[in-house]
Amino acid sequence: MHGPVGCAAYTWDIRGALSSGRELHRLSFTTDLREKDIIFGGEPKLEAALMELIERHEPKAAFVYSTCIVGLIGDDLEAVCRKVADKTGIPVLPVQSEGFKGSKREGYLAACNAMFRLVGTADVSDIPELSVNIFGDFNIAGETWIIKEYLERMGLTVVASVTGDGRVDDLRRSHGASLNMVQCSGATLDLAKMIEEKYGKPHCRVSWLGIEDMADSLYKVAEFFADKDPEIMARTTELVRSELEGILPGLARYRKDLEGKKAAVYVGGAFKAFSLIKSFRHLGMEVAVVGSQTGTAEDYAELAEVTDPGTIIVDDANPLELQEFIKEKDVDVFVGGVKERPIAFKLGVGFCDHNHERKIPLEGFVGMLNFAKEVHASVMSPVWNFVPRREKRHRNAGKECSHDR
Amino acid sequence: MTGNPASKNAVSTTNACKLCTPLGASLAFKGVEGAVPFLHGSQGCATYMRRYIISHFREPIDIASSALGEKHAVYGGGPNLKKGILNVMKKYSPSLVGVASTCLTETIGDDMGLILHEFRNDFGDLDLPDVVHVSTPSYQGTHSDGFNRAVHALVDQLADPEAAKSERVALFPGMVSPADIRLLKDIFREYGLTPTVLPDISETLDGPALEDYEPVASGGTPVSEIKALSGAAASVEFGSCLPKDSAGLCLEKRFGIENDRLRIPLGIRGADALHDVLCELSGLECMPRRYKLERGRLVDAYVDGHKYVFGKRAVVYGEENLVVALTAFLAEIGVQPVLVGTGAEGKGIAASIEAACEGVLPELPLVREGVDFHDIAEEAETMSPELVLGNSKGQRYARAWNAPLIRVGFPIHDRFGGQRLKTVSYEGTQELYDRIVNALIEKKQSDSPVGWGYI
Ligand code: SF4
Ligand code: SF4
Repeated sequence: MHGPVGCAAYTWDIRGALSSGRELHRLSFTTDLREKDIIFGGEPKLEAALMELIERHEPKAAFVYSTCIVGLIGDDLEAVCRKVADKTGIPVLPVQSEGFKGSKREGYLAACNAMFRLVGTADVSDIPELSVNIFGDFNIAGETWIIKEYLERMGLTVVASVTGDGRVDDLRRSHGASLNMVQCSGATLDLAKMIEEKYGKPHCRVSWLGIEDMADSLYKVAEFFADKDPEIMARTTELVRSELEGILPGLARYRKDLEGKKAAVYVGGAFKAFSLIKSFRHLGMEVAVVGSQTGTAEDYAELAEVTDPGTIIVDDANPLELQEFIKEKDVDVFVGGVKERPIAFKLGVGFCDHNHERKIPLEGFVGMLNFAKEVHASVMSPVWNFVPRREKRHRNAGKECSHDR
Repeated sequence: MTGNPASKNAVSTTNACKLCTPLGASLAFKGVEGAVPFLHGSQGCATYMRRYIISHFREPIDIASSALGEKHAVYGGGPNLKKGILNVMKKYSPSLVGVASTCLTETIGDDMGLILHEFRNDFGDLDLPDVVHVSTPSYQGTHSDGFNRAVHALVDQLADPEAAKSERVALFPGMVSPADIRLLKDIFREYGLTPTVLPDISETLDGPALEDYEPVASGGTPVSEIKALSGAAASVEFGSCLPKDSAGLCLEKRFGIENDRLRIPLGIRGADALHDVLCELSGLECMPRRYKLERGRLVDAYVDGHKYVFGKRAVVYGEENLVVALTAFLAEIGVQPVLVGTGAEGKGIAASIEAACEGVLPELPLVREGVDFHDIAEEAETMSPELVLGNSKGQRYARAWNAPLIRVGFPIHDRFGGQRLKTVSYEGTQELYDRIVNALIEKKQSDSPVGWGYI
């Protein structure tokens, strides 16, 4: 990360992404620009830092991220990268990711642009027809491995996984895979589109969260390959059946406790909200409040359709409104983003999220079981008896008294 | 040994042992009643710092931002700063907005004082909150500087020269935990003193479960008390490496208030120094009985535990004021600090350590300033550390050295209850001492094939 110290510091090793090989991604590298670099330019320091780090770690490639400051002082990232690439013989790729240039979306695009420079630089002749890339999964708690195992059981070869447990050498030949499966978050959608445009390899959107989406995604992939491998559908059906068989008894056990409990769902995209509603149904739970920050009018209409009557549907609510809904419905668990977690806890509501810090896999069929376990651990905890919003039912502890000053 | 000519910091930074300046300023502003920290810069800085702080305190925390885009960076961020403050007023009705700059706005040269002056003129008809600003580029200094500068800015910009004389004593505790602040307030009161603690994060960053959401957590130093500090009877500030423009010295210089600068009062000698000052300020002849007893119990514990800790080689890292206090404490219990590392530079850390360890530590540790964890690890490689003290960020190194890590300071991201850890006075020292002894016992126990049940 080419910039002052903070830009890199806050992302150091906060994700639960696992690697089957080296763990360079768990280190945080920065040029830690100082005042004199800001005044005289940061290029010399960047070059020296890259040379030092590349020599120390001998990576297969280096990605160099620019930060706002670098954009401002006008360091020529491209030129420094080229120079270091020449000296070291590895690809050194600039990622134009200045924060002030836009939102996360622009960051994704910048990263895809950089990665795309690697695509197509290795031989793909030995890649079989029945092959895919896993895009947009970060291998949080080994989730990519779970998906990979399913795909292999279906008879597919996984060429590259991006970026979870990703490898430079795989990325180089990722254009050889017949299909790119893009997880809904969209981080690598641009890369899939670039590959499609240049190499004619199609992509499909998938989701690995929740039983239905998981199964649908696998069937979608199977269908894609059905004419090349007539058996693949049968294998996929068998896989889904046996996986479900494996988790259903466990789910039933959780369901016994959770039946009739209430959830509030407030997530980024509507897609995820739908998937969560389905998941909660499997647990016998009612989604009493549902909303998304980025939903369209259509999404809301559809949400109204799939939820039970009486469900509160919210769009872009502020914390005060959310609190009102949670209170009104007396929900047992709240599913939201990282932002909402401390608020939920402060108000004494159980919470689950799908953020990248998690250390438990929630994807795949086994992920559904873990999700149930998480929800169960939150909903069934006796601690909620003591939080203010419920305590009053038990005793008069909330009464104002003269000691409250 | 204070500087090894053979050691040279790498050009690149791997796993920084410091955080950025506005983060410290945000933490300080969080300790003012009704205050909202506001970063003048890109949105990303605020988002990340907020998350980082939340992971330590596990409390809802908002940090506002002027959310500059590329074109603002070219034409100046003034309009966005003003708009941003108006938004904050609408959303939070704050009593104070604490504006800290970032690398971006410092580089483009935004003059915050001027912009805020305009703001007050433009919107003078509104009921404006107090707005304090502080310059915190991260390419200069660390989060610790940001914290100190923000506290200084609060005092310097808010203290009312006309304020009436009072019996209050100002306390600038630095970056200690909410639990420490609660403890310090109790201690002052026990001496019959009325403290104004700035910042006071005891409730804002460690609050109770609530029935109703509070856009700004309650608690914190009331703005009116900060304004009245110019009439305070005395001030006390913690930190061995504080700058010349500290909050305490500002009161002394501008209002003639006597300031006592103390090391973070950790260890018997550190705590004694605090209690001596409190005796003096309160006019008590000696410390109240309960502290005599606490002190006595601590000495008793030192004796009971001395063999477990004696001669253990310790690595200490983190922010400069904390590492000095920790090293001084380790020295007095017989631990051998071998290496002290900090991301801060040029603060006379080695000299402070030398002074703080005088008479109790025959062999001074190697002190390395301006280092990252890569440098620290490289240095420690040949030192066989047996004990590590610092924040969570050194966990992977302690693990590699197979030495227990005693978590102190900020951030604590891999343990529970960082906001409730105590380090100050006899009570805090006792807690830390117990943790150290137990960690060493536990290590001995789990390493031993016998697994002694009676150690
Ligand atoms: S730009 Fe500066 S203030 Fe913002 S995160 Fe980076 S180092 Fe910190
Ligand atoms: S927004 Fe810009 S300055 Fe802030 S953390 Fe991101 S890259 Fe760094």
